[in-house]
Amino acid sequence: MSVRQAIPQAPPKAPVTHARPRRRGGWRYAGTVALFLLPSLVPLTLYTLIPMVGSFWTSLHEWDLITEMRWVGLGNYIELVGDPDTRAAFLHTLYFIAGYLPLVYLGGLGLAVLLNRAMPARGLLRGVYFLPVITSWVVVALMWKWLLNPASGIVNWALGLVGVSGPGWWTDPDWAMPSIILASAWKDLGFVMIILLAGLQAIPREYQEAAMVDGATAWRRFRHITLPLLSPSTFFVVVISLINGFQVFDQVQIMTGGGPGGATQVVVSQIYDLTFRYGRAGAASALSWLLFALVLLVTIVQIRGQKRWVTYG
Amino acid sequence: MGKVLRYLLVGIGALVMLFPFAWAVITSITPSDAVLSVPPDFTPEGASLDAYGRLLETLPFWRIVLNSAWIGAASTTLQLVTSAMAAYAFARLPFPGRGALFAVYLATLMMPLPVLVVPLFIEMRAFNLVDTYFALLAPTIASAFGVFLLRQAINQVPREFDEAAVLDGAGHFRIFLYVVLPLIRPALATFAIFGFMASWNSYLWPLIIIKSPEFMTLPLGLATLHGQFTTQWDVVMAGSVVSVVPILILYVFAQKHVIASVAQSGLK
Repeated sequence: MSVRQAIPQAPPKAPVTHARPRRRGGWRYAGTVALFLLPSLVPLTLYTLIPMVGSFWTSLHEWDLITEMRWVGLGNYIELVGDPDTRAAFLHTLYFIAGYLPLVYLGGLGLAVLLNRAMPARGLLRGVYFLPVITSWVVVALMWKWLLNPASGIVNWALGLVGVSGPGWWTDPDWAMPSIILASAWKDLGFVMIILLAGLQAIPREYQEAAMVDGATAWRRFRHITLPLLSPSTFFVVVISLINGFQVFDQVQIMTGGGPGGATQVVVSQIYDLTFRYGRAGAASALSWLLFALVLLVTIVQIRGQKRWVTYG
Repeated sequence: MGKVLRYLLVGIGALVMLFPFAWAVITSITPSDAVLSVPPDFTPEGASLDAYGRLLETLPFWRIVLNSAWIGAASTTLQLVTSAMAAYAFARLPFPGRGALFAVYLATLMMPLPVLVVPLFIEMRAFNLVDTYFALLAPTIASAFGVFLLRQAINQVPREFDEAAVLDGAGHFRIFLYVVLPLIRPALATFAIFGFMASWNSYLWPLIIIKSPEFMTLPLGLATLHGQFTTQWDVVMAGSVVSVVPILILYVFAQKHVIASVAQSGLK
């Protein structure tokens, strides 16, 4: 019998009674609760909850916003699933995400790593990179549309200087989406950089130093220490970017309006056009819910899957 | 990596970030007949503020700037008040169904704007509110995100502080006002910055609900300008420049907090 077992364990301390949670308040505070809650509950009900219910109700109807609603049940959903325009809109949205996400993540990561070490004017530089983030999408889209102007834009002129004849950018169906991706990555680079920079600074220096003592190369330290410890920030950036990416609209509407020839028609532009151009509020609502379901599904899959690659240090 | 290479990369990157802004300024002061000239002129001869004059003639521009400013301020203030109060209720007041109601708030967070715009438009039309200030403001009076963020902050305020105030005879309203609010100031500031930026930059909702120039906000006014004058790039860029300046000034003052609050949002 070991000494430890021989010593009798002290009985657990009796809980301090006055620290126990008090009995639930019941309706005792009803008046106060109402006072504190109603200012947000009323607008939230009126401008979010009712529209949510309304949107679902509308999605089950054919409605041109003017004449009476006509019940079609799941008709809109069935039609949308088989509709080539809808499929194209989802594909264009995926195309946007596939181009935008790697660009903005790798660019942001590179910048964060470069700016993580001490250098003169580091604060100012971070400010400069963050500037497009605070600028409204309309301004950014207009500036890039002008820079990428096929005939007289400065980008094509600069390409001409090095002997490259620039493409038609947003007037060319093949280049319209890359134009939008380029502008989007430029705008959001600073956001991703700041998130990753915060992640980098949360990594204890000792880890890197220990690996250095062991003779690990810079690349191996980056690959096996920095990247895994940065995974929570990466996870956040990917989740947010995907949620936003599926809802891409402002830049598309201004730079191309979904054109040329529908080449950049994304899901939200399709929702907008269905409602306000084709007078099909029911189909637009159904498409909104399909988009919502997809975003929710992708987000849930990511949260479930994070165990496999996200390490919380 | 060599120091020189590092500086070079960061420096080129910074130029790429700044160049579009600089080019917008140059375009805005280039005489109209030279705007489309190739090669572009970096030091336009006969530079003038003519485009800014035409901007003011085309749109009630100052009114639009003012609209954006006061709607941004109003929506930020309203959201701060409504969210802080709800957050206090969820953090400190026991009541039946509290958890369920909080879940409802959170659920609205997941609703993408496109799902809401159509029925919201229909609702506004039913109440004859299309093309009004109120319609611009309505969806931003309350914010589930704000309630969530501020509740987290209030949960970190030790309850002993409340209890001390109770001993002094304070009720919930006084505790909220004089104990809790001052202690969650950083969270309030963070939320205010996010709220103002969202309102200042919002485009989809104003695009749908506003028709007349006098109720427009900046993003919408600029987009309209672009639609009217696809070729008048000097005027469009003049408008862009004017619309960036206010938020830029605000940003210079608040830069530290803006960047810190965004950085914070990515940490667990």
